[in-house]
Amino acid sequence: MYSEKVMDHFTHPRNVGVIEDANAVGQVGNMKCGDIMKIYMKIENEIITDVKFQTFGCGAAVATSSMATELVKGQSINDALKLTNSAVVEALEGLPPVKIHCSVLAEEAVKSAIADYYRRQGIDPEPIVGCTGDCEACHAHDHGNEE
Amino acid sequence: MEKRFVYADNSATTRVCDEAVSAMMPFFTEEYGNPSSIYPFASESKKALEGARKTVADILGAIPDEIIFTGGGTEADNHAICGVARANIKKGRHIVTSAIEHHAVLHTFERLKREGFEITYVPVDENGVVTPEALSAAVKPGTTLVSIMAANNEIGTIQPIAELARIAHEAGAVFHTDAVQAAGHIAINVREMGIDMLSLSGHKFNGPKGVGLLYVKKGTLAQRFMEGGGQEKGRRSGTENVAGIVGMAKALEISVAHMEAEAVRLGALRKKLEAGILAIPHTRLTGHPENRLPGLCSCVIEYIEGESLVLMLGLNGICASTGSACSTGSLDPSHVLMAIGLPHEVAHGSLRLSLGRYSTEEDVDYILEKLPEIVKTLRAMSPVWPGNSDGTL
Repeated sequence: MYSEKVMDHFTHPRNVGVIEDANAVGQVGNMKCGDIMKIYMKIENEIITDVKFQTFGCGAAVATSSMATELVKGQSINDALKLTNSAVVEALEGLPPVKIHCSVLAEEAVKSAIADYYRRQGIDPEPIVGCTGDCEACHAHDHGNEE
Repeated sequence: MEKRFVYADNSATTRVCDEAVSAMMPFFTEEYGNPSSIYPFASESKKALEGARKTVADILGAIPDEIIFTGGGTEADNHAICGVARANIKKGRHIVTSAIEHHAVLHTFERLKREGFEITYVPVDENGVVTPEALSAAVKPGTTLVSIMAANNEIGTIQPIAELARIAHEAGAVFHTDAVQAAGHIAINVREMGIDMLSLSGHKFNGPKGVGLLYVKKGTLAQRFMEGGGQEKGRRSGTENVAGIVGMAKALEISVAHMEAEAVRLGALRKKLEAGILAIPHTRLTGHPENRLPGLCSCVIEYIEGESLVLMLGLNGICASTGSACSTGSLDPSHVLMAIGLPHEVAHGSLRLSLGRYSTEEDVDYILEKLPEIVKTLRAMSPVWPGNSDGTL
């Protein structure tokens, strides 16, 4: 069902854990829907110098979190904001259609962390980051629109 | 313990037993005649077909003429439900089932709803039981069919079938039961239990896949399902799957012969498994504590997601199942876990380990060695785990 790359990132997830002195933390998803991603970042001079994640969810949720953190690590904020869910899917050599929403969640988790970074500096993230998906509603679950 | 292969998904399907394989072989190689042909060569396959029909009829407490062989449990369910509902339109258009049926039943009911039938889904209690009171409240004048499964495939709960059948009959309805998980594992006698129609599937009791049967009590009004050459006395056309039918009958015969001993053996293994799972913090069992399929262990492991758990078990050589949303391809965990009142967040961590004829105590020990480690790993990764960062409490 999953590609070898997905299974590799599921069984050996990169960047799992917590950054104690993170200056950007974002969480998306909720327990009711069955997946939550939390991303911690250390941002210095607009560069993401370190990133870690914790995920509650299926194999694809873990793998997309792992891949998204790999893709933004060492990147500038601006480049990280350009990360799309399809780039995550591509890097994972594909995902089953019903799992595409996991990649959307991973993209949103990155944006949510960066939004938190701006907020901490008193900057409204909305015009820069856009909708981060970290609202209470059970977001990004209209599979029909995502696939 | 060294890595091993542990098949703990016998509710999904089973290995075909050697006896069934041996019984089937001649009908692929030597006795391949079409049972409908009239020359002597075909008489062996005809004889085998009718012998299998008598075997299963005797086991179920039916007469051979009441057995229709099908291409599996799903076909038998479709046939029973559509057949009765459509044939009895003059009597009424109200049909009843439970909230925890297999999709072979639920989706068939949904199809009939689109045809204009009125459906009532009987709720279950927290153990997954359809109580007689709940069924009594659901039937009414004009109810033509009640379909309640004999045992549930996800949580293992066994239903009080005889009582439910009585209530259906009092309301003037035909009583059908999907006994796909129950047949060969718990005692079923259609006469004694008052069952009018029963579906079963060969591959759930160490028989082959793609073959099943529908028992239809004599005198039950039902439309035929397949048009064609008029096999099965016109009730189910299509050349009979002779080898499959012979294999299924042999497998059922053997399962039933060992049923009591297997119930004791698998019950003990399941209890050991359950005790080991409950030793992991934040876990609970699902389904009825006593009235359940002997080998089916169902539980929820909180703060982790079922698909991840099943993937990890798979990488350790253990085959298991989950009813989490991520495994169903939808947003909601399985309808069964919702129906017994589990909150979404808990139901996402569901796990089913189903033991069978070839399961051993070593298998259970191996599962109990691997499962706690895997749970700890996943909880360590989980942002909602309230315990330590290494996954311990």
